[in-house]
Amino acid sequence: MNPELIVFIIFGAVSIIGAIAVISFRHPIYSALSLIVTFFSQAGLFVLLGAHFVAAVQVIVYAGAIMVLFLFVIMLLNLGTLSAKGALTGKLKGVAIILGILLAVEGVYIAVRALNKTEVGSAEAADAAAALKDSPIDTYRIGELLFSDYLLPFEVTSLILLAALIGVIVLVKRDKQPEN
Amino acid sequence: MEINILEQIVIPIIKMLFIVHLLVIGVMVMIWSERRVSGWIQDRLGPNRVGPQGLLQPIADGIKFLFKEDLIPNHVDKPLYVLAPAMLLIPAMIAVAVVPFGDTITIEGLDNPISLQIADINIGILYILAITSLGVYGVVIGAWASNNKYSLLGGLRSSAQMISYELTLGLAIIGVLMLSESLSLRVIAKEQGSYPWNWNFLIHFPAFLAFTTAMFAETNRLPFDLAEAEQELVAGYHTEYSSMKFAIFFMAEYMNMIVGSAVVVTLFLGGWHFFGLETMGGPIWSGVISFAIFFIKTGIFLFVFIWVRWTLPRFRYDQLMNFGWKFLLPVALTSIVVTGTLWVVVTENKLLWIGIGNTVAAFIVVSIVAGMLAMDNNSKAAAQDTSAAPLRGLEAIE
Repeated sequence: MNPELIVFIIFGAVSIIGAIAVISFRHPIYSALSLIVTFFSQAGLFVLLGAHFVAAVQVIVYAGAIMVLFLFVIMLLNLGTLSAKGALTGKLKGVAIILGILLAVEGVYIAVRALNKTEVGSAEAADAAAALKDSPIDTYRIGELLFSDYLLPFEVTSLILLAALIGVIVLVKRDKQPEN
Repeated sequence: MEINILEQIVIPIIKMLFIVHLLVIGVMVMIWSERRVSGWIQDRLGPNRVGPQGLLQPIADGIKFLFKEDLIPNHVDKPLYVLAPAMLLIPAMIAVAVVPFGDTITIEGLDNPISLQIADINIGILYILAITSLGVYGVVIGAWASNNKYSLLGGLRSSAQMISYELTLGLAIIGVLMLSESLSLRVIAKEQGSYPWNWNFLIHFPAFLAFTTAMFAETNRLPFDLAEAEQELVAGYHTEYSSMKFAIFFMAEYMNMIVGSAVVVTLFLGGWHFFGLETMGGPIWSGVISFAIFFIKTGIFLFVFIWVRWTLPRFRYDQLMNFGWKFLLPVALTSIVVTGTLWVVVTENKLLWIGIGNTVAAFIVVSIVAGMLAMDNNSKAAAQDTSAAPLRGLEAIE
């Protein structure tokens, strides 16, 4: 067995176990930590694909920043353990079932398509993997793509973020107006 | 694929063992020098009984920590309580993997020169940022698992502080990355060359100050140690920890300092370069000399860490947030804009003009922000003057 496959299996297994743990734990802190483990092992999978930059960003943004914010909020609100029955009742349960089935169908569809397109272990897949590995300086390529082909989406994203920023400031400032 | 056992397995393992042991010994020396330097600054002796000049004091402390009872309070969340010290220590230890601590050593008979670095990955600096950003979980989880109000307050402060200062940490290095056109720490160190006037701390002086300050905040050192503020929170996030678990929290703090200093030296202070001294001495000795230069530079920077701790008082929480968001972040953003613009516009003496432009722009930005804050404070003070009168009356009644 080649070492990369072993590492892939380890990271893949950890990320699946972590994902299951997120929804299995009754305590939000444990769930959040499991999610961090999942993100981290996904970063490991990105490294295996040769996408070092994406891996680093995955850890910095998701595991490092967003989840700290999650933990901050959970700790600040002091959320306790969820009751055994959970919050899914009535109509919500129906919606959850429908969405779950849709998600499962999507997953199966993607898996089947991917299998048809490139056989796992085929020459084509090996070529694609090799091409990724031969050009390790992927930061250059990401930068080039962002400022050429994907310039419009890039700028639109920054505008959306700016709008969110302004929205937050407006929401926070409103309470501070003098009450006359 | 043919594997050269000596070059691909034995030498990397030697390098790893060397660096890890250097880190642990460095922690011990740091604890000793922190106590001796603080004694010197405060005009007293500090520990000087165990061994020559008290040098063996950290070993005595370590033995004491090991033999103390490992107490786990009943009210804690056990798994996370035990996990937290490791969650802080491991990121501190593995972050050092990408730091180049010297040039290369060429030994005859080997195909490639040995580079004095565990792994030269092409996203080096992002790796450092990613790993150090994980360190906060040790603090936050330890604080929460302790099930203690003071600890929790420390953890909350720490997480808010980390989120705020990480932005500055990331943005301040972008100017450096623009000039070196690489994320690899080895390339960044090499690009700076041998002479101090080409090093990044002059070209990106405001960014250097912002990065260093944010680094102090990331390591939870005074003046940014609000997470453990002794006067307010007993001992903050590690109040409930004793014996070796407590010692691990401390070790992690000092390791973070060492790694932080090494990163600052690599990014801004020319890495292992010093007036061409690193190229003298032939294939083997030049590597050793370059390592010694790097070691001394890091040591000097670590002294600055200690010096600042025993000189500056702690920030108040609102001061901490104001400073991070209203001063450091604008300065870091300005450095990006100015460096990028001047890089394209100026054709001759690029580095000189970028250096001047950065400093002037940062000065202007800081003055504008300070002016706005002063105006804001004035209007607030005016508003308070009208409402303060009845309060004063209340105090008089009490």
